[in-house]
Amino acid sequence: MIPSRFEYYRPDDIRGALAVLNEHGDDARVMAGGHSLIPMMKLRMAEVPHLIDLQGIAELRGIAIDGAEISIGAMTTQHDLIAHAGLADAAPILREAALQIADPQVRYMGTVGGNVANGDPGNDMPGLMQCLDARFELVGADGTREVAARDFYEAAYMTARDDEELLTRIRFTATGAGYAYEKQKRKIGDYATAACAALISRDGDRIGSASVAMTNLSDVPVWSQAAGDALVGSTGDAAAIKAATDAALADIDPTGDNRGPVEFKKHVAGIIISRAIARALSRA
Amino acid sequence: MGKQIVKLTVNGEEHELLAEPRELLIHVLREKLNITGPHVGCETSHCGACTVDMNGRSVKSCTVFAAQADGAEITTVEGLGTPDNLHVLQEMFKEHHGLQCGFCTPGMITRAHRLLQENPNPTEEEVRFGMAGNICRCTGYQNIVKSILAAAAELNAAREAAQ
Ligand SMILES: Cc1cc2nc3c(=O)[nH]c(=O)nc-3n(C[C@H](O)[C@H](O)[C@H](O)COP(=O)(O)OP(=O)(O)OC[C@H]3O[C@@H](n4cnc5c(N)ncnc54)[C@H](O)[C@@H]3O)c2cc1C
Ligand code: FES
Ligand code: FES
Repeated sequence: MIPSRFEYYRPDDIRGALAVLNEHGDDARVMAGGHSLIPMMKLRMAEVPHLIDLQGIAELRGIAIDGAEISIGAMTTQHDLIAHAGLADAAPILREAALQIADPQVRYMGTVGGNVANGDPGNDMPGLMQCLDARFELVGADGTREVAARDFYEAAYMTARDDEELLTRIRFTATGAGYAYEKQKRKIGDYATAACAALISRDGDRIGSASVAMTNLSDVPVWSQAAGDALVGSTGDAAAIKAATDAALADIDPTGDNRGPVEFKKHVAGIIISRAIARALSRA
Repeated sequence: MGKQIVKLTVNGEEHELLAEPRELLIHVLREKLNITGPHVGCETSHCGACTVDMNGRSVKSCTVFAAQADGAEITTVEGLGTPDNLHVLQEMFKEHHGLQCGFCTPGMITRAHRLLQENPNPTEEEVRFGMAGNICRCTGYQNIVKSILAAAAELNAAREAAQ
């Protein structure tokens, strides 16, 4: 399993990476941790004549917490996310989700930027970022723009990012809401059969706000407005959780594959969604 | 797209070699440097038999390009102990039957070494979680976990005695 030949670049700033992207267009691609891209290149499902390794770009690293405003550099690894005490305090759902991704070796290499830019419906961070209402910073030759995670995913492996743009940072506002990331997988190192992120806050004895998003249950991550609406204003009793779960299930479109047929996936999704909501509520 | 010079420090020794960027670190180690501790189990980033320590992180060397590793410090099982002077982890794997065929063992020991650096006193559950990237087809894991817990106790006792 040897990939086809490529020219290797290791620029030390964003400008250098953009220059190679602009020069070679479709023939160039960036690599972060390489733990989605290298397996694809080894299978020759991806051919990358010009490979730009981002590991030397210091400005893509680092986690900054300014009150409730969180900014995470694209090259931050899942291991870094888990180990960061400030982040675990401010937005513990990130740590909970990152701990459920792959295995220790993969988490040392896999980055949050690569995970959200990849566009694989199996990746866990896109749904999580939609739940958090995060924004992705994209930098290209023409400047910098921000796209909401909820607007970023178009189809499997198709995103709002232009081929000549880099995803540089992820930003969101931490809310202090009760949180949960629930994931069902067949074994360690497997992608989700179904996963669900939930953030819920109370306002007195009622639910004041709720955000529910799902992983690997459609060709894109699914943020369910209707599931949130079903919870807000309720007490969060069993009937409300059931209504929200039904609403979320109406928004997904799983396909049958080696993780099971559509009926099974919907069944698993229902359980995972209800668990995520109940656990987030218990922490709200 | 020719070969490029790749500098690696492996087990404390500096190497400079010519490699195509697409060559995988596991093949560079095994075929160019004759360091055959890390094994190729699956080639698909799942089994952990190829695990080495790269810049203080456990990585699957079948999923790292030679060019990507340029400048890195790498430790393999060969850098931990020798047949005459086994590392405590190797000693404990021997003692507690932490291996049968031995194919997964270099990866297991290299990974366990990093795990104990990060968490010198792990619970059984933490050992199982921290070793989840390494697959063994023989032992059923029970004795691997036992070996690592025993090594942790041994290393901690040695540290205390030294203080
Ligand atoms: C055995 C195994 C199990 C796994 N299990 C899971 C799992 O359960 N859940 C999960 O979410 N992931 C899983 N992964 C994937 C892993 O988390 C990847 O590392 C991650 O999806 C991609 O991150 P990366 O840094 O490795 O990106 P890369 O592989 O380097 O890149 C992925 C894609 O994103 C693009 N890209 C990367 N960075 C940028 C950037 N800054 N700007 C623009 N484009 C960019 C690349 O061009 C490429 O197309 C698994 C991987 C393995 C090998
Ligand atoms: S050979 Fe590298 S993970 Fe199996
Ligand atoms: S001892 Fe045989 S695979 Fe682990």
